[in-house]
Amino acid sequence: MSNEVKTAPENNEQYSLNDDRRVKVLSPGMLVAKRFIRNRLAVTGLIILILMFAFSFIGGIVSPYKQDQKFYRTDIQTKDYAGIIKNDEYRYLVADEAFTGPVQAQSLLASMKGESEFEYRDVKYSVETVNDGLYNVYLGGKLLGTATKKIVSSSTSNEQFPFDFQYNALMAEAEGKNSFTDGAGKTYTIDEDGIVFDGETEAAYVSEYIVRAVMGDIFLSRDFKNQLIDAVEAGQTEFVFKGEDGVEAEYRLKYDAAAKAWDVKQEIDTTVFDTYSAPTKQHWLGTDRNGMDMLTRLMYGGRVSLIIGFIVVFIETIIGVVLGGISGYFGGWIDNLIMRIVDIFYCIPSLPIIIIIGAAMDAANVDPKIRMLYLMLILGILGWAGVARLVRGQILSLREQEFMTATEACGINVPRRIFKHLIPNVIPQLIVYMTMGLGSTIILEATLSFLGLGVRFPFASWGNIINDVNDVFVLTHYWFVWIPAGVLLLLTVLAFNIVGDGLRDAFDPKMKR
Amino acid sequence: MRKFIIRRLLQSIIILFFVAFIIYALMRCLPTSFIEAMARQKSMQPNSKSYEEWMQQLTAMYNMDGGILIGFIRWLGNVIRLDFGDSWRWTIPVTEKFKEVIGLSFIMGVISFFFELIIAIPLGIIAATKQYSKTDYAVSIIALAGISLPTFFFASLLKLVFSVKLGWFELGGVVSRDYPQLDAFGQFLDRANHLVLPIVTLVVISMGSLMRYTRTNMLEVLNADYIRTARAKGLSERKVIYHHAFRNTLIPIVTIVGGSLPGLFSGALITETLFSLPGIGFISYVSEVSGDIPFTMFYLVFLAVLTLLGNLIADILYAVVDPRVRIS
Repeated sequence: MSNEVKTAPENNEQYSLNDDRRVKVLSPGMLVAKRFIRNRLAVTGLIILILMFAFSFIGGIVSPYKQDQKFYRTDIQTKDYAGIIKNDEYRYLVADEAFTGPVQAQSLLASMKGESEFEYRDVKYSVETVNDGLYNVYLGGKLLGTATKKIVSSSTSNEQFPFDFQYNALMAEAEGKNSFTDGAGKTYTIDEDGIVFDGETEAAYVSEYIVRAVMGDIFLSRDFKNQLIDAVEAGQTEFVFKGEDGVEAEYRLKYDAAAKAWDVKQEIDTTVFDTYSAPTKQHWLGTDRNGMDMLTRLMYGGRVSLIIGFIVVFIETIIGVVLGGISGYFGGWIDNLIMRIVDIFYCIPSLPIIIIIGAAMDAANVDPKIRMLYLMLILGILGWAGVARLVRGQILSLREQEFMTATEACGINVPRRIFKHLIPNVIPQLIVYMTMGLGSTIILEATLSFLGLGVRFPFASWGNIINDVNDVFVLTHYWFVWIPAGVLLLLTVLAFNIVGDGLRDAFDPKMKR
Repeated sequence: MRKFIIRRLLQSIIILFFVAFIIYALMRCLPTSFIEAMARQKSMQPNSKSYEEWMQQLTAMYNMDGGILIGFIRWLGNVIRLDFGDSWRWTIPVTEKFKEVIGLSFIMGVISFFFELIIAIPLGIIAATKQYSKTDYAVSIIALAGISLPTFFFASLLKLVFSVKLGWFELGGVVSRDYPQLDAFGQFLDRANHLVLPIVTLVVISMGSLMRYTRTNMLEVLNADYIRTARAKGLSERKVIYHHAFRNTLIPIVTIVGGSLPGLFSGALITETLFSLPGIGFISYVSEVSGDIPFTMFYLVFLAVLTLLGNLIADILYAVVDPRVRIS
């Protein structure tokens, strides 16, 4: 074989005129291929298509991520956590109901003036100032209540202590004692920091700072409060505190001059779905609404779009060729019947019908996988009329030609005559029609998915990826979510159309450059 | 000719009958319906009847008791008397809702159709006269790109560029918020402003096929014998193309343009939905999704009528425009 090739050019002139080796024989298929390759636009389209297929089918394998793999990122969540006020106003602890608001106000005036007695509504009260942050009010030797700048708070919960406990603790703290007994006769110890111990365990503390949690269900531990107070006194604006559950969080302090209070904000690292993150090295096209890798979604989406396109066109072609072939070959009442059915299917508005069925499938919660199957079936059943018309038209003219008379004379049976001799002659037109049909089917599928009535999550399709653009914020801020999908869709459909166009020209021997 | 038209009309009526029946049967066969949703909602309310009772009452109220066949015959009987019933979703007579929204769709259709014609036909002819030139390739690619562009993607791009980035046009809707305060001319401008992007979308999406059709037919005409004769006669190229060739190209173009005239009433579902314009396309979409049988039936049959009418007009025009064609 290789010998022949080598020697052929040298002995060229020795071959006779009708020698097969002199003339280059090209089959009709090769002629078509040659004409097609000469069309630069069509070849570009073909290259785009090959790239698209590689992207969709090989890309999914190469991609390190899975179609529905979700990604997370840690996000710093800042929330209002607590507030702290250095108390420089008196708070009143009421032991007896007679210690009403006006009496409290009068007692304050008396205490400020340094008086030990005051009169309100003809009743005499006496004031006993302990230090400049604490005084007691008596009515006829009976303790009415206490005014204090320091607060007694529980170390373990948000509960309020009874008056006796608070009073005794405050007095002990003010007088520098190291133990006191509460109303029930229980003895507590108190240290110089104002911390009250019940035996060994810490029960409460006395402090001039009021720390309250923003949320009612959060309990601020003593340690936290201590550290917070230290931070406030040292003038720090932030500190780190490790809670009992071991979670370390950063806290920021901000002084609010109007309220004379510090707002404490907690900053916790939380794990959230990595939604709509901009393109990075890990995610070349960023991530989508569900925190999935956009590029991988596009690959799998392309797979779905292309497969759906092919299957739908396949269904259309099968139905169309069989019915169109029968109709064209037999003619008569069969032809009439089938053509009227074609007319009816031509007349049924397909997009609204698919929308109705899609909405019904939504309501019935059809599984996304089965839904995809239904979608392909419906698109195929609604789209075959065009193929049937094309095939019938071609066969009508072909069956009158001599080669068909020859098949009849040879006694070939009817199905063989139709499918072996007539249909192959329609194939060029059919291929062109199918190529163009692939483009329009992909657009139709994308449109449906865009409306949310086609392919559904978790499956990706180029149409339902663009669906996110319905959110105006995505439209304006996250180009990488919808523009790549749209460009891929446009390129694929355009390539199918260009290739179909090129094939039409290539199949038509009358077309000359 | 008259015989042909009468036969086609009779044929169309039979086709329409079957189309209507298929659509009706399909809508009735769906697993869930408007009535079920309504009954569920009603039975949720406190102190209400049970779902089954509501279902029974509503089905009777909406005339949906009885099978598909009885329901269809009932519907058909009303339609023959031109009564399309009341829309469930919009709670007014179907025809009234239709009248309300068809105007906007028709105006959009006419304007975009006009632009489509004045852009596509000249470009198609230029491309054909300069076959295989750069212009031809450019036109071919524009035409193919127009056909290949997904409406929703193109509309979103337009929105991003012209509404969001440049701020020239509104994102959607028919009128702005300050519409009532504007004077008559301002109101007109405001409405026009809202229609620019939808119309651009429609024109770009639909002009491709007409452009290609024009080009193909012009090429065919340019290869005809009488063009060679005209050139041989020594006529100028201008006269050959615009006098002899163009007139003959008009035959198929007029046919197809005439055939697409009824389509002006069909509305543009995707474009109207994307720009939130209450035209027939958008309203029908909402009706379809909510399972409103009377309105959907009316609209789908209306679309089928438009298709049949378009085919008929095209066939008649074909015979009228081209004296060589005689239909029997």
